[in-house]
Amino acid sequence: MSVLVIVEQRAGGLNRMSLETLAGGAKVADGMGVALEAAVLGHDVAEVAETVAAFGPAKTYTVEHELLREYTPDGFTKALEQLIRAKQPAVVLFPHTYQVRDFAPKLATRFGRALVSDAVDIKMDGGHPRFVRQLFQGKLNADVSSNAGGAEFVSLQAGAFRAAEASGAKGEVEAFRVELEARDIRTKPEAPFREAQRSVDLSSADMIVSVGRGIKEKENLPLVEALADALGAELAASRPICDNGWLPMERQVGSSGQTVAPKVYFAVGISGAIQHLVGMKGAKTVVAINSDENAPIFEVADYGIVGDLFQVVPALTAAIKKAKA
Amino acid sequence: MKIIVSVKQVPARDSNLRVASGGKWLDDSDLSYEINEPDAFALEEALQLKDAQGGEVVVVCAGPERAGSTIREALAKGADRGIHLVLPEDAVLDALSTARLLRHAVKNEAPDLILTGLQSDDLGYGQTGVVLAELLGYAHATIIMQVEVLDGALRVKRELEDGWFQYVTLPMPAVLAIQSGIKKLRYATLMGIKRAKMKPVETILAASLGLELGRAAIERVYLPARSKQSQILTGAPEQVAAQLVEKLKFEARVL
Repeated sequence: MSVLVIVEQRAGGLNRMSLETLAGGAKVADGMGVALEAAVLGHDVAEVAETVAAFGPAKTYTVEHELLREYTPDGFTKALEQLIRAKQPAVVLFPHTYQVRDFAPKLATRFGRALVSDAVDIKMDGGHPRFVRQLFQGKLNADVSSNAGGAEFVSLQAGAFRAAEASGAKGEVEAFRVELEARDIRTKPEAPFREAQRSVDLSSADMIVSVGRGIKEKENLPLVEALADALGAELAASRPICDNGWLPMERQVGSSGQTVAPKVYFAVGISGAIQHLVGMKGAKTVVAINSDENAPIFEVADYGIVGDLFQVVPALTAAIKKAKA
Repeated sequence: MKIIVSVKQVPARDSNLRVASGGKWLDDSDLSYEINEPDAFALEEALQLKDAQGGEVVVVCAGPERAGSTIREALAKGADRGIHLVLPEDAVLDALSTARLLRHAVKNEAPDLILTGLQSDDLGYGQTGVVLAELLGYAHATIIMQVEVLDGALRVKRELEDGWFQYVTLPMPAVLAIQSGIKKLRYATLMGIKRAKMKPVETILAASLGLELGRAAIERVYLPARSKQSQILTGAPEQVAAQLVEKLKFEARVL
């Protein structure tokens, strides 16, 4: 019995969320009184495994194969299925990355289990883990627990745990051999690429005014533009605004956009889904303006105004102009 | 080309969500419902592929009686027919069970392509399409920004993290989870709404299928605790604006 953390690496670099997942794994392993183990998949991962071994797991498995050089859902699922059948862990934990979202549900299905996806916390209760998930884009939380037999599959959201720190003791590294054939793999990935260089770098902005769905129509954007101008702030947005083409994608803040850390961040009409919060939680001061007092954005706001942004924002723009005059 | 689109009906975005007594789910007495927005993008992509390639778009939805209105809406936008897997009003399934149900509806259709949204706005599992692909033995790809149809295969553009993308080629039949924003959504026309009434919708009672359906293992639903001590400013717009400027200037010292 063990808690097995599947860490993620790309070209030999360890994904940062993997260290958070190791911290979550340590909590579950301690609570259950079992060993913490980890696994790294890829083609040449011995060095990453040595790094991982210093962050808590008693044992780190290297799962290496030519066919795991590039990520494919077929290859990763088949390799991990073999490891999990051999090692029989009680809990398998993943960082909730885009890659994990692509294969972990498939892997869990092989074991007849539903993945507990995107957990934001773990509570231990008498040696039994209970996972906290968000519902309705963060408006509600749910405690989820399973008492079905066999391995439990869980992915952890970014920021759910503080990253594990290197411990003095270094765990063992052990190779686990997997059998894969080229015909197992149906998808052919091409090399990842970036679109043309971003012309807007929000990551270095001191002040950001960010707008969300609450603005209702593209025609209303000048309202927040005026606020941004008055402050000398960069204009940004949550995903739906960019999906609608109201602002360019390069102004999007969140897990699929830019990560920002301004001195002050104005969230205007943004409810605060976790995908948005992970992109702006580095802000020093957060101001939220939203008509829904239960909007999750208020959980991370220093100053909140519950009200109609169509009244509050013009008043705020005027007050800032006056203060600066 | 035969395309199946899996859609879900969820509580409307601006719903006032209240936890039901018992604390295990929502009080649904005054909720209104709409199509899960990510699924609307999957439907749009399916309709545009059909416009370009010809063929048929079939909408599949697992949900209670009321979900029939979401199927009609999809038919009004241009889907050709619907399959409604009827669940009890209070069913809250895990992703594996939903995918098992959908598999039952899909397996005899032999589609070339199945599209889903990336995740649902209510339970947010983000898994149903991937699990369905595994149950059917189809290849899959997720977070899709663009679909190109080749001979018997697809070349798709996947979104990765931090502004990275990747093209992937995969054989058909396949399941794709579509990223929101892939195309501009269309509105149903009056003519479309009229025609939708004549289009066939097959209803299948989920309970009649003899499948093992697991309820989502939710023990308790509650409002999240605030992690930061936020100051909520109250008053008329001019008053709160003046208060906020004061605080930003002298307390937070950011102005």
